[in-house]
Amino acid sequence: MEAKVSEILQRYEPEQSSIIAILQDIQEAYGYLPREILAQVAEELNIPLSRVLSLATFFRAFSLKPKGKHPIHVCMGTACHVRGAQLVLEKFERELGIKTGETSEDLSFSLDAVRCVGCCGLAPVVMAGEEVHGKVSQMKVPGIIKKYKK
Amino acid sequence: MEDKLTSTRHRLHLMVCAGTACVSNRSFEIKEALEREIKKQGLAEEVLVVTTGCNGFCERGPLLVVQPGNIFYQQLTLKDIPHLVEEHFLKGRPVEKLMYKPPEGKKPIPVLNEIDFFKKQVLIALRNRGLIDPEKIEDYIARDGYQALVKALTQMTPEEIIEEIKKSGLRGRGGAGFPTGLKWEFVRLASTSNGGLKFVVCNGDEGDPGAFMDRSILEADPHSVIEGMVIGAKAIGAQQGYVYIRNEYPLALKRLTLALQEAREYGLLGENILGTGFNFDIKVARGAGAFVCGEETALLASIEGRLGEPRPRPPYPAQRGLYGHPTCINNVETWANVPVIVSRGADWFSKIGTKTSKGTKVFSLVGKINNTGLVEVPMGITLREIIFEIGGGIPGGKEFKAVQTGGPSGGCIPKEKLDLPIDYESLTEAGSMMGSGGMVVMDEDTCMVDVAKYFLSFTQDESCGKCTPCREGTKAMLDILDRITKGEGTEEDLQLLEDLAVSIKETALCGLGKTAPNPVLTTLRYFRDEYLTHIRDKKCPAHVCRDLNVYTIDEKTCLEVGHGCDVCRRNCVSEAIIGEKNQPHRIVQEKCIKCGVCYDVCKFGAVKVE
Amino acid sequence: MPKLTIEELEKLRERAKKQTFLRETTDYRAKITVHMGTCGIAAGAREIMNAFLKEVQEKDVTDVLLTNSGCAGLCSREPMVTVEIKGQAPVKYVDLTPEKVKVIFEKHVLGGEIVQDYALGIGSEKTDY
Repeated sequence: MEAKVSEILQRYEPEQSSIIAILQDIQEAYGYLPREILAQVAEELNIPLSRVLSLATFFRAFSLKPKGKHPIHVCMGTACHVRGAQLVLEKFERELGIKTGETSEDLSFSLDAVRCVGCCGLAPVVMAGEEVHGKVSQMKVPGIIKKYKK
Repeated sequence: MEDKLTSTRHRLHLMVCAGTACVSNRSFEIKEALEREIKKQGLAEEVLVVTTGCNGFCERGPLLVVQPGNIFYQQLTLKDIPHLVEEHFLKGRPVEKLMYKPPEGKKPIPVLNEIDFFKKQVLIALRNRGLIDPEKIEDYIARDGYQALVKALTQMTPEEIIEEIKKSGLRGRGGAGFPTGLKWEFVRLASTSNGGLKFVVCNGDEGDPGAFMDRSILEADPHSVIEGMVIGAKAIGAQQGYVYIRNEYPLALKRLTLALQEAREYGLLGENILGTGFNFDIKVARGAGAFVCGEETALLASIEGRLGEPRPRPPYPAQRGLYGHPTCINNVETWANVPVIVSRGADWFSKIGTKTSKGTKVFSLVGKINNTGLVEVPMGITLREIIFEIGGGIPGGKEFKAVQTGGPSGGCIPKEKLDLPIDYESLTEAGSMMGSGGMVVMDEDTCMVDVAKYFLSFTQDESCGKCTPCREGTKAMLDILDRITKGEGTEEDLQLLEDLAVSIKETALCGLGKTAPNPVLTTLRYFRDEYLTHIRDKKCPAHVCRDLNVYTIDEKTCLEVGHGCDVCRRNCVSEAIIGEKNQPHRIVQEKCIKCGVCYDVCKFGAVKVE
Repeated sequence: MPKLTIEELEKLRERAKKQTFLRETTDYRAKITVHMGTCGIAAGAREIMNAFLKEVQEKDVTDVLLTNSGCAGLCSREPMVTVEIKGQAPVKYVDLTPEKVKVIFEKHVLGGEIVQDYALGIGSEKTDY
């Protein structure tokens, strides 16, 4: 088993109630949930892989596919919606050449729509990695992408 | 004793807002610049910089409040800082141009509590707003923090605590408004056949889009929630508690984790709390991005490491909750109210508010409104006071259309009901609900059919799929709304929508499904005309439903006023605009994807939308 | 950090309050305003401010507000301060030194007795902010 995985497993009691926290740590460490690691976790916690997979696909925070180096999350909360978030999202799709939920081929960007990030005062909001961009319009989208593109 | 207190006295405290919104406006850089400049001017011994939680006036960030004096500075930039430090903090001359100016262009208002946004607010849950560093327990203690805990542990029996909460009239701030004291009593009296365990849980899975008060409380004052939970634990007889916190709130998670650690080190959590022999500790459970986990049974399942699916109630968590043990779940804002009630007494608390709804409520005021932010107001205040006095009305001289309360479970309240005094009952009567306190203001440019569709697509997307009415019913409703916004709806569709709504409300398993039709029902009730315009005229009056929009360029305006500036053509993503510089431009309808960029960039009003 | 008893929590609260009281009190028994115009600073107003700050710290008082303001318009007599005891007329002191500060703090600010020798005038304009 990879050292990274066993280190994560050691943080928690080896019981079912730890599973979501473990998956979160793996998601954070790898950017997604690699299939072979899920199998190892299932074995370690002595729960069926099917159950691990059902959790991994139920919760929005998890992804079975690799995400981009710069994950872009466009907030689709109510405040952002009434201030034009849909247009911002579509602009990102056009500029990045990928659809919502996809990752660019060179793995540099991934694009997702998220439910409210709780920054409604700055609507429409876009999160690039951990960084929050407020009052985003279609016009500002190319600039945001440029900032993260090497 | 080792703590973070020093004997240095400063004459000025600079309270820099470090809530999520201000942080994304670079408030940490402002803080560093202040500290740098203060050092440079030799003021380090005199002036202290403190980072606080959310101030509430997010629209105006980054924010700084100078104490003593409550001087409010707003929209600071890095280049303002040297001047500000020299003028105000060194020479004592407050800098007017960095102060808040009311929209009518009147004189700047220097003092925070004289600004309309703050004037009508009454702070209970947010009592320490802007006054403490959330990462420093000593600041909370200085504001009489944990005094209510001392009282509850040494002077009150569990029954007396419950009685006090019951008498106060406090109701759940998470949505449904169940009386908190009564819930506590159920849990206290619940039989504990298997092992005698009981739990308290804080629901911090604030999922309603447009609501961020729980995040703000956890970020700004985590100890108020911890103290409330310890008091609750004593009242119901629990030894273990959980805070379930949303995955999307990293800053809140960080501050809460730190606060728990501080409380534990000081013996305010853990074994033998304050030497009284009472044991209680709190664990943190992180959510993983499922809206339905805000529903209490789904939340508990998720803490246990199971799929976050709700189950039928009864039995309620008060009887059979976490791992089958009686469990008391309250939301963040409810817990934050508890210490104040214990300290100041039920009589004081119940004087605030209306007959059925006591105390205050925190609302997040967002959408088409001038003063976006977080406000705490007494129950019974009218929507008009919140929107037009505190919120400063609608930007750009637009007309108010509706306010949406209660998130995806709530509804849209029209202009005619602006004078409604807000409490749990009045909002329900209007077809909406209190919910967690999101308040999204909509103006004439908001399409109510689109809003209904938005919320329904939200609930449809977040439906866990366990019960058929929610999974299939909301899908059927969404399909109809989709048709209407494309101009393909019929008048019979409206009846069908209403029929579906009623049966979903009656038969869905949990609160998510039961309330999902509310946004559709309220918009049908108050804005039926807009639905009919979409159906009969194939037009969206607010020009939001894009399939019904047609963009054109008025060639005369384009040529004579704009001199064929060509900006629209250069910005058009689908190459749908033809024309050359100094010539009139034209949109090729077949190519237009209706993104509206040309409309936004045209400075001459030559682009029209119908 | 050791675990607290109830008495220790109370002591901690009292100490913590001394650090934070000026964030919320609007009601001061006494207010000292040091005039910090360019002229004041040149004449040594910073030193005067520090002397007052030291007094506040040493005497451990929490009901005295120490603030600054711009030039008082009498540049030749700087450094200058205004001392205002609640309910009484403000008093301006001029030509100050750290030694004089000590006397003013003890006699006037704490004792309520105006130090006539250093005072310029009584009952001038009130200070804002």
